[in-house]
Amino acid sequence: MADPIKIRATQQGGITDIRVLMQHPMESGQRKDTASGNAIPAHFIQNFTISANGKQLIAGQLNTAISRNPLFAFRARGLKAGDRLAVHWTDTRGEQRSDEATVAG
Amino acid sequence: MNPLRRTLLQSAGAGSALGLLLAAGLLKPTRVLAADWNRPAFTATNLGDALKAYGAAASVEHRDIVINAAEISENGAQVPVEIISNLPGYQTIAVFVEKNPMPLAASLSFANGAVPYVRLQLKMAESSRLRAVVRTADGKTYHASREIKVTLGGCGG
Repeated sequence: MADPIKIRATQQGGITDIRVLMQHPMESGQRKDTASGNAIPAHFIQNFTISANGKQLIAGQLNTAISRNPLFAFRARGLKAGDRLAVHWTDTRGEQRSDEATVAG
Repeated sequence: MNPLRRTLLQSAGAGSALGLLLAAGLLKPTRVLAADWNRPAFTATNLGDALKAYGAAASVEHRDIVINAAEISENGAQVPVEIISNLPGYQTIAVFVEKNPMPLAASLSFANGAVPYVRLQLKMAESSRLRAVVRTADGKTYHASREIKVTLGGCGG
């Protein structure tokens, strides 16, 4: 099971600031194992979504050029304290992870 | 011709072969379902091909797209970049790093009140021009570019 997604959402005067940290190695496929010299196969998050109260706010497609443990900041209008945010990702091995958080006041 | 459509048509033609592979357990169904990942654009190995596959080869430079990043980044494994679009309506922001082995780094769609704004961290193989492409709801594409220098390339990390 993949590590939990860290989600933080705070209200900043009408705008909700959403920060998402997806814990993932994001292997590019270009690295070599230093001991064996073998290439480490690519393994990265390809798709993720962020929804608020069941409505999709953001849909992302990613490549290997996103840094390890991808950290994103987004902004949304029309949310209020207590609204439910859900984040979901799937990677190149078909592994996935979903987590939820509420918008802080 | 839309390259994605071409790929889809080809895979439709190869449907029976795909079925056999699935039956043999050689392919995981989850991977087949992740078809919305724009493979031709993400796996293109130069900027021209990536822009063409993404359908943005003819995008127009636009001052309402802003890229914020440090001019020099010490660690190419983690280059923070902020992109803001002041264009109206639902839209998608794509990030291309010209000199990376695969230039298209991310594509992000905004809807239902999401502001077309993103801050993310990129791996950069070497100093390069970064291009943010915005596709608006009418299908038109616009872009802005910015040069970012890295002192230590990040593709090994």
